[in-house]
Amino acid sequence: MKILVAVKQIAALDEDFELREDGKDVDPDYLDYELNEWDDYSYEEALRIMEAGGEGEVEIVPVTVGPDEADDGLRRCLAKGGERGIRIWDDAITGSDPSAIARILVKVIEREQPDMVFAGTLSSDHSFAQTGMAIAAGLGWPHAAVVNHLEYKPGDSSAVVHRELEGGLEEKLSIDLPAVLTIQLGINDPRYASLRGIKQAKSKDIEVLSHGDLGLSDDDVGEKGSLSRVRRMVIPEKGQAEMIEGTAAEQAERVAQIVKELKGAA
Amino acid sequence: MSGILVVSEHRQGELTPSSLEVIAAARQLKAEKEQPLMVAVLANNPDDYASQVNREGVDEIIKISTPEEEFQVDAYEAAINSLINERAPSIVMVPHSVDAWGYAPVVAERGKYGFASDVFGLRYEGDDLVATRAAYAEKIHMELEFPGKETVLLTVRGNVFKPVEGEGSAKVTDFDFSDASPHTQHLEYIEPESGGDVDISQAEFMLSIGRGIDEEENVEQFQELADIMGFTLGCSRPIADNGWLPKFRQVGQSGKTVASCNVYIALGISGSVQHMAGMKHVPNIIAINKDPEASIFSIARYGVVGDLFEVAEELRNHFE
Ligand SMILES: Cc1cc2nc3c(=O)[nH]c(=O)nc-3n(C[C@H](O)[C@H](O)[C@H](O)COP(=O)(O)OP(=O)(O)OC[C@H]3O[C@@H](n4cnc5c(N)ncnc54)[C@H](O)[C@@H]3O)c2cc1C
Ligand SMILES: Nc1ncnc2c1ncn2[C@@H]1O[C@H](COP(=O)(O)O)[C@@H](O)[C@H]1O
Repeated sequence: MKILVAVKQIAALDEDFELREDGKDVDPDYLDYELNEWDDYSYEEALRIMEAGGEGEVEIVPVTVGPDEADDGLRRCLAKGGERGIRIWDDAITGSDPSAIARILVKVIEREQPDMVFAGTLSSDHSFAQTGMAIAAGLGWPHAAVVNHLEYKPGDSSAVVHRELEGGLEEKLSIDLPAVLTIQLGINDPRYASLRGIKQAKSKDIEVLSHGDLGLSDDDVGEKGSLSRVRRMVIPEKGQAEMIEGTAAEQAERVAQIVKELKGAA
Repeated sequence: MSGILVVSEHRQGELTPSSLEVIAAARQLKAEKEQPLMVAVLANNPDDYASQVNREGVDEIIKISTPEEEFQVDAYEAAINSLINERAPSIVMVPHSVDAWGYAPVVAERGKYGFASDVFGLRYEGDDLVATRAAYAEKIHMELEFPGKETVLLTVRGNVFKPVEGEGSAKVTDFDFSDASPHTQHLEYIEPESGGDVDISQAEFMLSIGRGIDEEENVEQFQELADIMGFTLGCSRPIADNGWLPKFRQVGQSGKTVASCNVYIALGISGSVQHMAGMKHVPNIIAINKDPEASIFSIARYGVVGDLFEVAEELRNHFE
């Protein structure tokens, strides 16, 4: 029994940033990469299923589409458990939207044949909320998005999940397996990796593949394989906020004054 | 390819408000380029919803009877894919709702339609559609185009377009689709826990804390600050997910909307869309954040760039 967990290195802006010359993205010099917050939760969920099973019964495999640096994300996962990861990258993949990323992941999944696939609900840089369900479409598998509770034992033919809806409402449903689930924050309490785990992860195996290795053509990935294309990025105008300057004491004094006026008027 | 198709949504017997917002967004595009506007209603008994989406500017309401009354992902996908095949709209718009997060990417991927999620701006450049959405945690806007795509599916951000009003005179038609076998089965809804005495949706003055407060031990000092100021304590999601405050104090999409709030002080909250969904309507938002680029400042009336602990400490002196 195997669970494949799709994980992504998201890009966060430095405090200062500039757009690239073509205006289609941020200059990479101003970006820092880290594992998507949601992926800590989905990997944790996979770890728990693995640990609940017998020795060697459940294998978990983190997979990412990204350049060399994305190994950091895989190792962050492997430091907590799992023996190997998979990373797919080559230049043609640059410019892929979530649909093209999903197409690549589908090929890996067809090769690995897991019993369950987890992805994050969304990514904290671009908030697409698209990749996981696009994977399900490519595979033709049952799927559920924004899952914040999972009842499942290896070998089951269906699972019970909760979908977190708007306003704190939840829907409890059963889902046929194998399935693709996108995992929501709060489903569990992700662990921290131990120092020993971090050290061990350095020598764990990461298989690196190109889109060609997976039988995909150049047209399947990058901008050609995408459902949209970035036209340009723009830095939005600042809002109308009145900025309160000064020392913390001066700022607090002004806030207190505003609050008292508004409360008095209410 | 022509026409705009809106898919409306409902839950527990109510049309979702975002359905009417999406119709408004569609009308805006229709005003730029005249084309028929269709609204699909999917339910076991679509009649009630059909009359509710009959608003000004809607040309046709398409009733689709599904096996279940409530949302079921496979039925939605099958119905929408076959409706698009038959009607060949150039644009399909749905709410950026949790339900749509489940079906919209699947519909787009199956049909290889153009796709963009969480769109809050739409316009034509000549004949080409341009959709605007956010990038890098709301700090930058990303404009997308859809070269070569005859149909484009968009999920539309909530609380951006003003819901359409006014009675319409749409013609009403029925549409049948060949049912997909369902792979999920609805068991029940679970209602959120109530907060007893504390109902943040009724509070007029809110002090909300976010991940910027760093540690659980720090929660108490902000509860005290809120008390002496006569404010109700609220929080962003990570604080509730960590169990530092109960869920009923969470503001936002999956928490509560602070519907009665007049003054909202946000301490160490970045301003994600999901948080803002619950508070961006508040007339007096005071944001305190150390990051001058934090998107919370884009909706605040007053902004303080600084360390929240220092400012809170000083603030206390004015109320004790
Ligand atoms: C389906 C779904 C539903 C969701 N529902 C909700 C919801 O209802 N409510 C909600 O809040 N979120 C919700 N989220 C989560 C949301 O996407 C964000 O992850 C969350 O809002 C971030 O919370 P935050 O602003 O506290 O944390 P962060 O985004 O981490 O921001 C922390 C901020 O604190 C500032 N800061 C740090 N230290 C200091 C300091 N010493 N002084 C001053 N400032 C400091 C930082 O600059 C930063 O801006 C939902 C997500 C999904 C996918
Ligand atoms: N490049 C990638 N490699 C692997 N998984 C990815 C990648 N991009 C997105 N995902 C998955 O999709 C989730 C985020 O979805 P999205 O918001 O569509 O980008 C992440 O949590 C991952 O599970």
